[in-house]
Amino acid sequence: MTRLSWFNVVSLTVGFAFLYIPILILVIYSFNESKLVTVWAGFSTKWYAELMQNEAFLNAAWVTVKVAVFSSTIATVLGTMAAYVLVRGGRFTGRTVFSGMVYAPLVMPEVITGLSLLLLFIGLNLDRGVLTIVLAHATFSMCYVSVVVSARLMTFDRALEEAALDLGASPFEAFRLVTLPIIAPSVIAGWLLAFSLSLDDLVIASFTSGPSATTLPIKIFSAVRLGVSPEINALSTIMIAIVTLGVITASLITKRNAVRQQRDQQLAERTS
Amino acid sequence: MQTEVFAPWDDPDQKPLIRFKSVKKQFGDFTAIQDLSLDIFEKEFFALLGPSGCGKTTMMRMLAGFETPTSGSIELAGQDIGSVPPNKRSVNMMFQSYALFPHLSIWENIAFGLKRSKMPKGEIEARVEEMLRLTRLEKFKARKPHQISGGQRQRVALARSLAKAPKLLLLDEPLAALDKKLRQDTQFELMDIQEKTGTTFVIVTHDQEEAMTVASRVAVMDEGRLMQVSTPATIYEAPNSVYVADFIGEVNILSGHAKPAGDGLYAVTWADGQPPVIAASNTPYSDGQQVHLAIRPEKVAISEAKPDAENAVEGKVLDIAYLGNLSTYHIALAGGQIIKAQTANTQRISRRSFTWEDTVWLSWTPTAGVLLDQ
Repeated sequence: MTRLSWFNVVSLTVGFAFLYIPILILVIYSFNESKLVTVWAGFSTKWYAELMQNEAFLNAAWVTVKVAVFSSTIATVLGTMAAYVLVRGGRFTGRTVFSGMVYAPLVMPEVITGLSLLLLFIGLNLDRGVLTIVLAHATFSMCYVSVVVSARLMTFDRALEEAALDLGASPFEAFRLVTLPIIAPSVIAGWLLAFSLSLDDLVIASFTSGPSATTLPIKIFSAVRLGVSPEINALSTIMIAIVTLGVITASLITKRNAVRQQRDQQLAERTS
Repeated sequence: MQTEVFAPWDDPDQKPLIRFKSVKKQFGDFTAIQDLSLDIFEKEFFALLGPSGCGKTTMMRMLAGFETPTSGSIELAGQDIGSVPPNKRSVNMMFQSYALFPHLSIWENIAFGLKRSKMPKGEIEARVEEMLRLTRLEKFKARKPHQISGGQRQRVALARSLAKAPKLLLLDEPLAALDKKLRQDTQFELMDIQEKTGTTFVIVTHDQEEAMTVASRVAVMDEGRLMQVSTPATIYEAPNSVYVADFIGEVNILSGHAKPAGDGLYAVTWADGQPPVIAASNTPYSDGQQVHLAIRPEKVAISEAKPDAENAVEGKVLDIAYLGNLSTYHIALAGGQIIKAQTANTQRISRRSFTWEDTVWLSWTPTAGVLLDQ
């Protein structure tokens, strides 16, 4: 183990303090007895209990999860298809234009995306609700999936697909049996990215949601305007816990796979 | 007793398995294959040999169905396969990178092609086991490709491409990734397997030694053209051009003008102040025609005293390359030309008779070299 110099210790502390003190404060105050957010009155979990009684928040949370699951699934299917065509389609006419157009929404201001979707839904006479949020989220997160998947496809050895065709697989079978299983990690990564984008989106959701369906970010945002309540702190703490758990699990799985891969390779060299 | 020589290309009644009919292939402005015709026969081990970019890989990809000819046709067993997609051809390919499916076990890799056909499950299992036995991979069938060594991966790739018993097996630089020793062993293994299965093999390689070792016939290619198609011995001993002579093995080229000397012999004047060399040729040359004499280093004898030979020239030892089994001498002639001569080191630790700067005589017979006009 190398010893850190004083300078390194200080920069590490300052950096992490900058990142995590706001979150820490939020977590601590979620266990506050007092209703006043800024006054500490002892430890309690009563706000968590109260949160479980709050129908409005629970509904919003349920809507958010539903929207995130559906929209990221749609976005993953469409984004993977787009990536496949753009990377594998060869140099068909308009390829440059298409690839530019797929990535354009990445840099488009969310307000504009939200507004144009709102106008579209009004024009189509679609009642705003879960369906419209799902469509809106799928639209903007699809490009993120496409970026992630095409990065993987570019390094994909094309000979693998050719080998599948050569062995008698139809082009669709080659994709389903060879390409898809191999690029699966990046497809899953794309899905997770789309899922988390959908979870925390406020701007686009506020344009496309209606009275029948409100997502959690919208609910929190409007509640905070009436004053921060300890209930919201509790809710946020739960969300932080879920995210942390997810990140730790993912990194543990990655680490374990890396170790296993290394061991396999050593074994292969010894037995050859 | 007379043994049957395998030479279907000499028999006019034999029908070729593959027939390229004036095939041309262009990629944009670049012509990869120029008006090429070629017959390959059943049970042949045919090598496409040439430097990178000569079009050999394009030929193979056209056979596999990944490229279609710009013009001309390719026939497999008498049928035009130009429009048949790769998954409908009874042609299988072994890829240079092996292209093993990393997410499938060795067993599943080999079974992949069989499962795509309508073969019953029991037969698939039997066939995969047979392939595993043939390539000595039984122990590794449950492993994934990254869990075995390079040589084993090469055998999996071979087993996978042979599993469907194709009419034609294509091998794209199959041994390029192996080290030299393993490569040589594997060459013999390939020949064994080819003989056992009776499959027609077409191999693409840039390694002339490999082509000579494994192939029944070799096609030497350059810039999208076939330079010569013949048996390894003919290609080596009777090349039809300086390009082929130079590409296969080492060769000395003496360029000059021919003068018929009767009896199929020609006197070639090749340098000022040197006597003409005498060379035999089956192809007639006219008086004063520009010719090149191609002669292999091992057919040039080296001696201290002037030998009693038709062709003898004097020179100085410039360099000696000791290769263990052979020694190659670079001899500088009076005109500055360098000729390579090779001797076999048949005796152990014998004292070398010649050393640097020694004056020596080189000699060869009239039939030792080949006269070429291009």
